[in-house]
Parts: sequence; C-alpha cells; structure tokens
Amino acid sequence: MAENVLLRHEDVPDIHKLDVYLAHDGYVAARKALTTLKPEEVTALVKESNLRGRGGAGFPAGVKWGFLPKDSDKPVYLCCNADESEPGTFKDRAIIEKNTHILLEGILITCYAINAHMAYIYIRGEFAYGAKCLERALAEAYDQGLFGKDIFGTGFDLEVYVHRGAGAYICGEETGLIQSIEGKRAYPRIKPPFPAVYGLFGCPTIVNNVETLACVSSIIKNGPDWFRSIGPESGPGPKIYGVSGHVEQPGMFELPMGMPLREVIYDYAGGIKDGKQLKAVMPAGSSFPVLTPDEIDVHMDFDSMRAIGAFLGTAGIIVMDEDTCMVRALEIIDRFYHHESCGQCSPCREGTGWLHKLLVRLEEGNGKAEDIDLIDRICTNMMGNTVCVLADAAAMPTQSYLTKFRAEFVAHVTAGGCPLKKAAAQPEAA
Amino acid sequence: MPTLEIDGQEVTVEDGLNVIQAAEQVGIEVPHYCYHPGLSISGNCRMCLVEIENIPKLQIGCNTRVADGMVVKTTSERAKHAQAAVLEFLLINHPIDCPICDQAGECKLQDYYMLYGAYKSEMQLEAKVQKGKVVDLGPEVVLDEERCILCARCTRFCDEITQTGELGIFERGDHSRISLFPGKQLDNPYSGNVVDVCPVGALTSKDFRFKARVWYLEKTPSTCTRCATGCNIDIYHRQGEIFRFRPRQNPDVNEYWMCDEGRHWYKSFQQDSRIPTPLVRDGSSFAVASWDGAGTAAAQAVRRTQDEYGAEAVAAIVGAKATNEEAFLLSRLLREQIGSTQTAGLAWSPADAFHDDFLIHADKNPNTHGLKSLGLLNGGGEAEAILSAAEQGQVKALFVLGADLVTAFGQERIERALGETRVILLDTDYNGTTEYADIVLPIAAAPETDGTCTNQAGRVQRLSQAFPPPGEAKAGWEALALLSTHLDGPDSVSITDVFGELTQSVPAFTGLTYGKIGLQGVPLAGAGSSADS
Ligand SMILES: Cc1cc2nc3c(=O)[nH]c(=O)nc-3n(C[C@H](O)[C@H](O)[C@H](O)COP(=O)(O)O)c2cc1C
Ligand code: SF4
Ligand code: SF4
Ligand code: FES
Repeated sequence: MAENVLLRHEDVPDIHKLDVYLAHDGYVAARKALTTLKPEEVTALVKESNLRGRGGAGFPAGVKWGFLPKDSDKPVYLCCNADESEPGTFKDRAIIEKNTHILLEGILITCYAINAHMAYIYIRGEFAYGAKCLERALAEAYDQGLFGKDIFGTGFDLEVYVHRGAGAYICGEETGLIQSIEGKRAYPRIKPPFPAVYGLFGCPTIVNNVETLACVSSIIKNGPDWFRSIGPESGPGPKIYGVSGHVEQPGMFELPMGMPLREVIYDYAGGIKDGKQLKAVMPAGSSFPVLTPDEIDVHMDFDSMRAIGAFLGTAGIIVMDEDTCMVRALEIIDRFYHHESCGQCSPCREGTGWLHKLLVRLEEGNGKAEDIDLIDRICTNMMGNTVCVLADAAAMPTQSYLTKFRAEFVAHVTAGGCPLKKAAAQPEAA
Repeated sequence: MPTLEIDGQEVTVEDGLNVIQAAEQVGIEVPHYCYHPGLSISGNCRMCLVEIENIPKLQIGCNTRVADGMVVKTTSERAKHAQAAVLEFLLINHPIDCPICDQAGECKLQDYYMLYGAYKSEMQLEAKVQKGKVVDLGPEVVLDEERCILCARCTRFCDEITQTGELGIFERGDHSRISLFPGKQLDNPYSGNVVDVCPVGALTSKDFRFKARVWYLEKTPSTCTRCATGCNIDIYHRQGEIFRFRPRQNPDVNEYWMCDEGRHWYKSFQQDSRIPTPLVRDGSSFAVASWDGAGTAAAQAVRRTQDEYGAEAVAAIVGAKATNEEAFLLSRLLREQIGSTQTAGLAWSPADAFHDDFLIHADKNPNTHGLKSLGLLNGGGEAEAILSAAEQGQVKALFVLGADLVTAFGQERIERALGETRVILLDTDYNGTTEYADIVLPIAAAPETDGTCTNQAGRVQRLSQAFPPPGEAKAGWEALALLSTHLDGPDSVSITDVFGELTQSVPAFTGLTYGKIGLQGVPLAGAGSSADS
C-alpha cells in the first residue's frame, strides 16, 4: 500500500505535532466538510464509504449516525471510545500517541456531521501518556481555532474533553462508558434504548472507536470511492493489524482490510518465533473464537471472518506456537473475564468465575472428565442472555478452545495436570 | 390497548405494560428477581427470559413492552431452559443456609428452585466465593452478603424512593457486594422497605430476625394507624401475638411502602398496659366488674347526671384513633339516648411530630378526617370547649373514647376539669386519664377490631380483626352497642350493620357499603382519589 493513513507517523515523523500535521494536509478535510458540505452530506459520504466500526462489532458508522433522532431538541454527544482494553490490542494507543491529530480531525468532522457540540474522549486510565498527548494536541488545535467557537468562521462550535477512564475493561462497552462519564459505576445499560436515542446524560449519543474516527478525514479528503477501493467493498479501508505472541516481529501493520491472516503472520510479523510450528491464533483480541493453523488462509475482514465462524474483532492477533498449553492459555483468558465482569448479570457474574475455577482445577491436575462438558454447558448458558456481550466474549473463545483442542483438555484430566509441563520437567534422555 | 398472546392465552392489556405485568393479568408468573413494579427497570438478574415470536434471542420480560400481536412464550423449552440456567448461576455461590435463614418460606430462590431448578449442585462448597455475614447496615437492617443475588432492588429503593443513596454495589464480578457508602448508615425513615424488596434472605429485619418461621404466621390485611396516611398493611400474627407489619400494595395510598415507625407500631398494641377487664371505681381504686355490671353503672351515672343537671351536662370526647363506627355510635348514643349535642372530636399529635412529604404525616391519628366527616371536629377547639364547660360545672358526666386527655391537655387542666366529673372511659390501655375515670371499659386495639378509618386524603379504609382482643376487652363498636342497650337504645349485631347505619345518617358516606370499601379503600365523596402530596 501507499502511504499509511492511520500509522502515518511511520512515514512522516512528528506528525503528532500540529504544524507538521498542517503541513501535510492536516485539517483540510475538516475545513472542506465544515465550509462546503452540509452535515447530512458528510454522513452520506461516510455511509457510502462503507466504513465499519473498528471497536469490534463492525457496525457501519454512517448508518449508526443516521439513527440519531431527527426531531430531538436535546444536545447530541460524541464519545470517542479510547478505552482500548481488549487483550492483544494496541492499535488505538498508537493513533492516540503518534498520530493524534488524525483522531481529533475525525472527531471534528464527525461532530459536525451529527451536529454535536460536545465530544468526550474516554481514554483508558492506564494511558496516562496518551491522555497527555491528547491534551497537548487539543491545546495546540484550540489555539489555532480548530476547536472551540466559530470554527473556520462557520459558526460551528465544538468543545472536546479528555476523560480518563476508571480502570475496568467494562468501561469500554459503550453504555458502560457512558455511565462512567456520568460518574457512575460502569454498569452497561439494558438496550433498548440505544445510545443514539438515550445516551450520555440521557441525550442522543454516538459512540465510536478511535480507529473508526481516525478513518473519517481520509474519506472526506479522498472520497468514498477511494476508501472502498481499499480491501473488500463490504467493509473496506485501511486497517491496523496488531500482532503479538510467538512471532519473530510482533508489532502493528497498517494494511488494507481483508488481508489473509497467514500473510499478516508470516510476511509481516516474520513468522513463528524460532522456527517453531504454529498451534493456534486468536485473530480478534481474546473475545472471539480461536483459529487453528488450517484456518489461517481466511481474509481478515468482517464478512470473510464471519463466514468461517470467526470474527474480526479488533484484529489484535495473538499467535501461539506448538509449545503453548491451550488449557493454560484459556485459563488466562477466563481469568481476565472473571476479573472484568462487571457483575451485574447473574449468568456473567457467576459464570465467568465458575469457568475460571474449573480451568484452574484442570490446569492444576484436579479436573474431572465431566468438567469439560460442564464448561461447555456453562458457556452455552452464558451466551446471548446478558445485558452486554462480555458474557459471550468469555463463552465464545472458551467453547472454541474446547472444540478445537479437546484432546489437550482430556489429557489434562488423564495425566492429572499439564502433559507439556511434565514433559519439559523430564530430564533429557542422554 | 394491545392484544397479545401469552402461553396460548389471548389477552388485551393497557398500553405501556411489560411482559411480566401482562402475564400477571392472566395469572402467569414470569419468574423474576430484579424487577419490582415500584422501582426502575434494572434487567440484571436475567431470570425473566422469555421467548417472543420473530425475535431470535430470548428477551427479558421486565424490559419488553407488550405490543399488539406479540406472541410470548414463558414456558417454552428454550425459556424454561434459560430460567433454570440463571437459577443455577445464582445458586453456585449461594451458601444454601435455608435452615437458619429468615427468608425461608418467602424466598424467591427457594420458590423458583422448586419450580425450575431441582438439580444437583455442581460447585464444590469450598470453592464458593466467601463474603461478609451479619453486616450491620443500620438500626433496622442486617445484610448477609453471601445470600445476596445483587438484584439491586435495595440500592434502587434508596436511590429512587427515599433518594437517600446510602447503599451501593462495591467491587466487581462475583466479588460484588452491597455496602454502605463511607460515612453512611441505612437509617432513613423508610429503611425497613429494603427488607421487603429483597427477594432473598440477604437483607433481614433486626426486629423480625429469628422470631418466627413465616409459614407459621397468619396474615391479615389491614391499615396502619400510626398516622393519618393510613398505609395499607398486612398484619403477621400467631395466637394473638403480632410479629410484624408489612406494607400491602395500594397505588392510591402507599404504593408498596411504609415507614419504619409504622412498622414498629405493632408493639404499641401489646404492651403490659392493656386493660384486661371492665373496672368500676371503688373509692381510690378500681374494682373488677362484669360488662353487664359496668354497663349498668355507666347507665346509672348518665341517667343521674341527666336528671340532676339536664341532658347537655352529659358530654363525650372522641379521640381520632377511634374508628368511624365507634365515633358514630357514641355520638348517636348521646344524641338519641341522652339528648345531648355535646360530642367532640379530639385529634391530638405532639407539636414536633416527625413528618415528611412522602408518607409520614404530622397528624399521628388515623381518623381525623373521619371525625370531621362525622361533624365532630371542625376548628379543633371542640374538646377544649367541653373541658372548659366541665371546669365551669356545666359538664358533669363525660365519655372519653380512645383519647388520653392528660397527655393532650396536661395533668393540671384535667384535674381542674374532671376532678368533679363522672368519667366513663373506653380505651385499650391504662394512661394518665384512667386515673380520672369512674368506669373503665376495655376495648380492642386496631389489629383486634373491624371498622373503618378515613385517611388524610379522605379515603375510607378498613381495619380487619386479626385476632380477638385480650382478656375481656370487646371491640369498641360492641362495647358501645352494649352501652346503648343499657340506655334503652338499639343493639348492633355486626360492623356491616353499624356502617350501614352510619351511611344512612352521615351524608359524606352516602352510597357506600362496608363491602364496597374492600381491601383498597374508597375515597369519600368530595375527596380526591389520591393522597394530597
Ligand atoms: C466488554 C466490552 C468491552 C469493549 N471495549 C471496547 C474498547 O475498549 N474500545 C472500543 O472501541 N470498543 C469497545 N467495545 C465495543 C463498544 O461497545 C462499541 O461497540 C464501540 O465502541 C463502537 O464503536 P465502533 O462502532 O466505532 O466500533 C467493547 C464492548 C464490550 C462488550
Ligand atoms: S454481561 Fe457481564 S459485563 Fe456485561 S453487563 Fe452483564 S455482568 Fe456486566
Ligand atoms: S441485598 Fe437483596 S435487594 Fe439488595 S441486591 Fe442483594 S438480593 Fe437484591
Ligand atoms: S426481572 Fe427481568 S432481568 Fe431481572
């Protein structure tokens, strides 16, 4: 691909500084939108571009904006979801720290499109540096009149607040995020009503992911046709793939949507570390099914992934080599969900803890044969029946591990613990 | 008015109802924990999952509004499976200590377990999450964190109803627990309601804890007499002893709630000060008398006064804790059997009585409005006028019904007024005024009698007899009927008859019958249908 959009700092040093950003067509798209387009025209362009949400669910951004009630006299809010807490995911942080203004410009254009005069950037509490970057960039932009009153002399006003998160994964769920901004416990809300109708402070609200918003200025600048030409039409655009785990060169790669997973792992991330064999990949953060080596020819876009029963999620790719104990890997994943369940819904509150305890038991060698089916049954009972999808996010990977790596679970029962660990502990035969 | 189908039954219901409410109207209970009709929808327990045709996922009944043509299945395979699964989740970390739990018998975990669960426990005991037991929340309430299913009814009560916000949910996931915010106590005047809304045994009442198994208690619907609001209640009792009051739903009066003072009011009826038998003065002390003996003595005292000083020298003061029927019978007795117009109501409350703009009324009498309707109270100086008349020697015999004049007017004043007056007292308990009585007739307290009171908003509501009065005490209306016969007046055979006679003679009650009042009360003609708050 040509120049990076999202990871543009790799091509243009110091692009996070306003003068550098401005020197490279910065805020040109925003000026174009505010001075030459009507808000609904901006929304129409984004709709046409088929930009789909990068927060995990892949919902078309323009369509979401269109859900705002037309006849409301309440203020509209934009919340930029910068809570990035998904395991194996670190793309938003890069944009925030290294390409800050592309996010701010996206926020400005989006607010104009949805007629919001106030935006919150809800940033994960641990991202202290990221918050500082945002504050610094905002201060510069305010100074230049890019935010605040009467932007570009159009009469359009916009205030942007950086709100540091309250330290929980669930604060990234959009209604948990809204609750958290309101100063409440981040208990996700029951839907309906959806945020577009009843969101922040009870007002119509759009929640979009950092990477989603960071795509917006390029659509306005280059047009929806350009955007749709990058990757599959149904969900195109530039995309950051984050690769971690047992690869030679972990990191972030900006590539078109729909890259074959194999290519990302082997061509960009340098293949499996130390020449080992691939055992498993979590291609979408930790909240979705695991893939086996024979599944990695899949293309990384929303629809292709769905077609094989997987998801694109955040495209945070976690690679595991042949020496990985899948029981232990799952135990770690479920420990996370147990720790992060907000505790509101009975199936999730009790189910995540139950799953984790059973996996610890298996891992420690105290598991029973029935436990495997019990885990599977608990997952089934957790799925689809809760306020938010954290319960599904725990159950889905768990069930996929059981299905795809069942033998390892059985072996933990029969061997009374991890066979891999035991093998490693054996003295080498002379 | 949408028409929908629930489990094969077609039903037309009001707009705006949710599936749980609509199902209830056709006698179907959708199991639920977090939903409470008096609180906002929280949707957290996930117990009320039902199947709705054309919606792929199961939906929670509490947050699903009914719509025309909706087809709901609350007992389909899928729905029942989901309900059983939720119950299983709720029970994994539950201590299963029903044998020592006060909620046993009225616990929704127990109830639904019998209906949907009944599987073996899959969780080894030692693996359960352990939390706080016997956590003191305030003067009324104790929390057992392990029994809590985190339905958030209690927190919503404190946030939405009392708006005092003492309780919150702390920590996350299966370590979540209910607790007080720092520096707070659960001591709002309505705190006892959290015990009622708690669907399990997590919140228990300090007053009721360990006193009785609920299945041994009898429940009688009645009205609280602690103040003029008249919250609807259930009296829980056994063998003449009351164990607790609980609010009974009445959308026009108290919704689902009652105050803590009212909750404790039952104790006022079972003090050692109850008068066990009729008494007749014998010099400086009282002699036990039969009802007939006391009735005869009362009649003689009245007739002698009448002969010596004229009919208007016989007067009566009726306290506003008397029922409408009692007040009516006494004033009629004076008017028709004696020929005196001197019957006055008295609605005394302490000047500094606690009150608020929710349920707790400054008037601590249950029937002030009733006495007004009966013409016994107008400006409020009526009883005072009778005392003045007594001081001036114009009143020589005085009936006192359910009023402690000494507390209301002070010892000195009563000494002056009643020192030389023949006093016929009808009351439940000994009090400062008993000392001035010549004849004492013990009557039933509110939980021991039938009758009606009219609350501050003009709503006539029924008291129901939970059990007979102690000793030889009689219901007030029966005592007054007996006095009437001793004064050649009519007898009364039942509370319905007395009420019928009342409606004949008091215009505000025209058209009412005792039956019509039912368990929810009826506004008097001219009174608004809801409380004036
Ligand atoms: C448990 C949970 C955690 C989530 N965390 C994040 C997050 O950290 N960042 C994010 O953008 N979206 C997160 N989401 C998704 C958001 O709810 C929401 O779908 C997203 O912010 C919408 O933005 P998009 O349409 O631009 O993708 C999370 C969802 C769930 C259920
Ligand atoms: S599914 Fe889990 S995380 Fe989501 S609202 Fe329910 S308890 Fe909280
Ligand atoms: S204490 Fe009772 S009412 Fe409060 S959350 Fe727990 S179960 Fe619900
Ligand atoms: S009653 Fe509906 S979710 Fe609890």
